[in-house]
Amino acid sequence: MDRLPAGAEEPGLRMYRVMAMIRAFEERVGELAEEIPGAVHLYIGQEAVAAGVCSVLRDGDHLASTHRGHGHAIAAGCEVEAMAAELYGRSDGVCSGKGGSMHIADLGHGMLGANGLAGGGVPLACGAALTARQRGTDDVAVAFTGDGGANQGAVLESLVLARMLDLPVVFVVENNGYAQATSAARHFSGTDMSARAAGFGIPGAVVDGADALAVRDAASEAVDRARSGRGPTLVECRAQRFHGHMEGWDNQAYRPSGEAERLRAEADPLALLRRRLTEAGQPADAGAELDRAEKESAARVQAAFDRAAQPAEPLLTALTTDVYAAH
Amino acid sequence: MRTITYAQAIREALVERMGQDESIVLMGEDATSAWGPTQGIEQEFPGRVLDMPITESAFVGAAVGAAATGLRPVVDLLFVDFATVCFDQIVNQAAKLRYMTGGGVRVPLVLRAMWGTGMRRGAQHSQALHPLFVHVPGLKVVTPSNPADAKGLMATALQEDDPVLFLEHKMLYFTPGEVPEEPYAVPFGEASVVREGSSCTVVAVGRMVQVALEAADRLAESGVRCEVLDPRTLSPFDNAAVYRSVEKTGHLVVVDEAHPRCGLAADVAAQVAQDCHGALRGPVRMVTAPHAPVPFSPALEDAFTPDAAEVVEAVRATGAGEPAPALA
Repeated sequence: MDRLPAGAEEPGLRMYRVMAMIRAFEERVGELAEEIPGAVHLYIGQEAVAAGVCSVLRDGDHLASTHRGHGHAIAAGCEVEAMAAELYGRSDGVCSGKGGSMHIADLGHGMLGANGLAGGGVPLACGAALTARQRGTDDVAVAFTGDGGANQGAVLESLVLARMLDLPVVFVVENNGYAQATSAARHFSGTDMSARAAGFGIPGAVVDGADALAVRDAASEAVDRARSGRGPTLVECRAQRFHGHMEGWDNQAYRPSGEAERLRAEADPLALLRRRLTEAGQPADAGAELDRAEKESAARVQAAFDRAAQPAEPLLTALTTDVYAAH
Repeated sequence: MRTITYAQAIREALVERMGQDESIVLMGEDATSAWGPTQGIEQEFPGRVLDMPITESAFVGAAVGAAATGLRPVVDLLFVDFATVCFDQIVNQAAKLRYMTGGGVRVPLVLRAMWGTGMRRGAQHSQALHPLFVHVPGLKVVTPSNPADAKGLMATALQEDDPVLFLEHKMLYFTPGEVPEEPYAVPFGEASVVREGSSCTVVAVGRMVQVALEAADRLAESGVRCEVLDPRTLSPFDNAAVYRSVEKTGHLVVVDEAHPRCGLAADVAAQVAQDCHGALRGPVRMVTAPHAPVPFSPALEDAFTPDAAEVVEAVRATGAGEPAPALA
């Protein structure tokens, strides 16, 4: 895994860079949503979760994501240029244009893929953990899913499997309050995922998903547990989705009026981390460094999408390649 | 040549490849105490046979993830009917990862499952679901009909870089047959001409190969010589072998114990109708199970499953063995 950027930079600043890149990418995707083919599900508001969790991963680790996967991909180290190209279905996209927004995968960065099924990637991450266990390495895997996906049978079955085999896997449930349009209060029926994890014999933690430093601490403990052979953990991150389920089709009539605007003002993970990194006792030029990170991210994302949006001839010969291994 | 059973033949290929390839692991419910092809393998390869909880979505999905990250899992689904529990993991994940990533991910995975009627297991343990999997690009589907093919096809499955549904007919496990002792591989996509003939091509799948041979024996008594083809793998499918045979015989019967609509028999009939219509000298006939679930009652289950008498009737209905009509 090759997170942004490498080196011995202070973790808070490193996470901020990742979050700024995710925010810039997603804001641009939101602006271009009508032009980009297909569906896009934005991660805006949840940046601290991907950045915090991935900040404690290393080369050899794997992660599996959901339909809302851009943030995880960027935090894993995927190149935004190749991602932007993928969103436009270009042959120079990270998946040669055959995956699109919902299927961005890049094994070179340990990214097993975004997934069209809300909980579909969770068993895949268990499989990467199984590979590590069988090979006797101390690599780990992270299974991201949302509050909606966490209700899927595949996820609950994965908890059973991970406990029985003591797999080195961390389940990260990003509870952003809504399974598509159904509120977590309704579909979790008054319970939460960390409490459910206890019922499976798996340690569960709840953390403020807007607080990157808190997410990092919880992830660090869970990843250490997995790396040292002490089995799975479930971390429920209480996060906020500033946008609808997907761009274009969701007028968010199911949300209390003004909720998204209020969350943006009060629970913005970038603003929160910025406050932490610029408060008393931090280097005097910290704020300027964060400004620079935002500016650089925005410029890189702008260039990536400017290039991706250029007309490109589709390679029709690719239609039936990569179905099977070439012999 | 020595004679072993279908189950022993599959086991031989598994053991041979596990000795060659350390990435192979066996996974399944009760895997370490299984009967059949994997019985006792745990003792030979400790730590490489993994018991799974009854969580098909989780462990098949985990096998996909493990395959993508360097293992070569062989998963025992027990009955193919249970594949429906984890259809997402097979159809949406395993089959599509390579394509969706532009070739960036490979999924070397074998899903073993027993299939078919005959054991009086009722509607949820007796199905022939191979048409569902043949329909899905990215999956390979194998249906060995005899011990020698079972060994060679398993050896190939264990060297493929794509997910393979390896479907073992439950009524064939104890069928004996001559099987070479040395390792060998039977390539995918090459049909086997089980019996040569000139009157009618009979394509038969899995256990139906035996049924087709029995019908061919009966028809031979009245001078109708059937050519019996076993496709051996349904995906990839050896269209060319079927076409070659139909060009010779001019008649086609397809025998499969799956249901008739959108099934393997319908597919082969359609391919032949499209690609070698000119060779046909009579109607194509399909011999399949009815469009009904598998019944439990032994009398009903026997009636459900195609038999030799139905194949004989179908071959006659093609007009095979009758003098060719005079040219106008």
